[in-house]
Amino acid sequence: MRIALFVTCLADTMFPQAAKATVLLLERLGHEVVFPDGQTCCGQMHINTGYQPEAVPLVRRHARIFDAYDVIVAPSGSCVGTVRQQHAMVARRAGDERLASLAESVAARTYELSELLVDVLGVTDVGAYYPHRVTYHPTCHSLRVLRVGDRPLRLLREVRGLGLVELPAAEQCCGFGGTFALKNADTSTAMLADKMHHVLSTGADVCTASDSSCLMHIGGGLSRLRTGVRAVHLAEILASTEQPGTAGAQSRSAVTR
Amino acid sequence: MPATAPAGVGQLRGEEPFPAAARRSLADPQLRRNLRHATTTIRGKSAAVIAEAPDWEQLRAAGAAVKADTIARLPELLEQLEAKVTEAGGVVHWAADAVEANRIVTDLVRAAGTDRIIKVKSMATQEIGLNEALDSAGITPVETDLAELIVQLGGDRPSHILVPAIHRNRAEIRDIFLRAMPGVDPSLTDDPAALAAAARHYLRKTFLSTPVAVSGANFAVAETGTLAVVESEGNGRMCLTLPETLITIMGVEKVVPTWRDLEVFLQLLPRASTGERMNPYTSMWTGVTPGDGPQAFHLVLLDNGRSAVLADEVGRQALWCIRCSACLNVCPVYERTGGHAYGSVYPGPIGAVLSPQLTGVAENTSLPYASTLCGACYDACPVKIDIPELLVHLRAEVVESRRRPTAESIAMAAAAHTMDRVGWYEAAQRAARLSRLAGRRGRGLPPPLNGWTVSRDLPDAPAETFRDWWARR
Repeated sequence: MRIALFVTCLADTMFPQAAKATVLLLERLGHEVVFPDGQTCCGQMHINTGYQPEAVPLVRRHARIFDAYDVIVAPSGSCVGTVRQQHAMVARRAGDERLASLAESVAARTYELSELLVDVLGVTDVGAYYPHRVTYHPTCHSLRVLRVGDRPLRLLREVRGLGLVELPAAEQCCGFGGTFALKNADTSTAMLADKMHHVLSTGADVCTASDSSCLMHIGGGLSRLRTGVRAVHLAEILASTEQPGTAGAQSRSAVTR
Repeated sequence: MPATAPAGVGQLRGEEPFPAAARRSLADPQLRRNLRHATTTIRGKSAAVIAEAPDWEQLRAAGAAVKADTIARLPELLEQLEAKVTEAGGVVHWAADAVEANRIVTDLVRAAGTDRIIKVKSMATQEIGLNEALDSAGITPVETDLAELIVQLGGDRPSHILVPAIHRNRAEIRDIFLRAMPGVDPSLTDDPAALAAAARHYLRKTFLSTPVAVSGANFAVAETGTLAVVESEGNGRMCLTLPETLITIMGVEKVVPTWRDLEVFLQLLPRASTGERMNPYTSMWTGVTPGDGPQAFHLVLLDNGRSAVLADEVGRQALWCIRCSACLNVCPVYERTGGHAYGSVYPGPIGAVLSPQLTGVAENTSLPYASTLCGACYDACPVKIDIPELLVHLRAEVVESRRRPTAESIAMAAAAHTMDRVGWYEAAQRAARLSRLAGRRGRGLPPPLNGWTVSRDLPDAPAETFRDWWARR
């Protein structure tokens, strides 16, 4: 299958290993991945901070570029959530009904990675090997906007060598929330403290999720406390094999203060 | 545009923005423990009884449908309600705002010739600051709901819709009773049964000696003019039946078209709210009945900004709220900051969307941002108010309400401009890498970006972006 990668600006710029892992994983499963030129950002930060008119050109750019593809994937629950739930709304608020229908059409073809694997490609065993104790944080937008359910867990359970441990209070938000982490830094920090407490209580050495943004938040907190527990994107785990040099094994854990 | 709730009366605006008020709550470990314990307990109870109802999702859908229909034809239903209440011997008063509502009630109490009233727990009266208005008119209001009584005696403010004293533990309650409850036994312990007995002793005397009661209403049935209050303690029923005069203040959105609609809400409300299958007391009354119960009944229909909410096609779903507080109990922000941080009598997620609409967003700009948009509130809401959608909608209104550009709006416009030009976007990526080489690494960022490094490390921008890697492959 020919699959267009919507890399997301955060993965592109800060967490390329998650996007690379998505490409390598899909290619290993026998699919062709294309990277449409001209893509930048879905506008989630603008929309969720109240800058909807500013987001309109980004919605138009995204819809125009990705309309050429039948299947689109992004390694981010929240960016897929924005495309699916907010792009048409932003277009309608700006009075652009044509853009709204185009955005709806693109949204219907856009999948988060675990949705693509399980629902479209029909696989749960992706042939991965990852010898670590892992706990999974179901990010709010994957859980409640996309309703990915247990798809990521079904994928993780098939990974050889992986010890999956349940995260207490898993469904509680980690406190990131985009600009919430800046505007309400103290509350965000209090929520992060509880999330880290639960992650550490599992004894896992890796916390995974399908959103680089939440992982940046949780990983940044774990790093600050020098816990040694790493935040690793689900795509990196699924891309890892026993071959040396696969994406997961290269996962960058160095984070500076 | 209809008028919003007036400033200087009632409690819909905080004295400081949410982040500043939240900082104070977050620094109080006792408060955080009390809140966590209470919200976790009530979440568990509620989840258990909701799981017993196999048709919960259909009930939610029915509740949302009835509310959407009601709000769509609110004027017609209110006129029907007025006609039926009047027909049954009640008197209906229309109050445009808090000032008018307080004046109407004060005049009615004076006309009844008393200087003391008993109250059923009511959010509407908290919203308009009725107790303060009565106090300044020389009338003493006595709260009869146990938690409201604790708040009143403590000179405190409620911090939860359902459990106003959620932020207090029993040792604190004992101290408040000893300090402020008339006639309390000085050897009172902090045993819950002893605390309840002390309150009961005090309240019984008050019930039997006070001729006027003020209540709110959970529902008003338009087809018959029937008012309904649901409660757990029985104090409400005492207030609704013992006095000679009953005054009910009700937000106009509380009307429902028919008795059959109550069937839906009387299942939804207790399960979502207190985690009970059925609330212990459901009291209903229609006008007055000669020789039985209050002989004078007044209904005050309160607008106080609700018409302004109604005028907003997206925002009006906040008027579906049945004040169950399920959204507060699941909200991770509320659980850590408590209700006082929201500055309004409506805290938590529903408060973050309702208060700014009642006052106008320009007077409550920080509340729509007091959420991570995690969506737990939407899933918990028994009438399916899409609170995250409303928050995003109100944030856009906050931004548009600003007359002058801010540092944030300039940065956002610049970012959007950059993101819409691939060349600029790639240049910005290179700049992110340069900042890494320059060793800035997230430290020394200007506000508000420095908020990040309060508690979190910022990753280095990697040496190669994804698109560079892709181009090189």
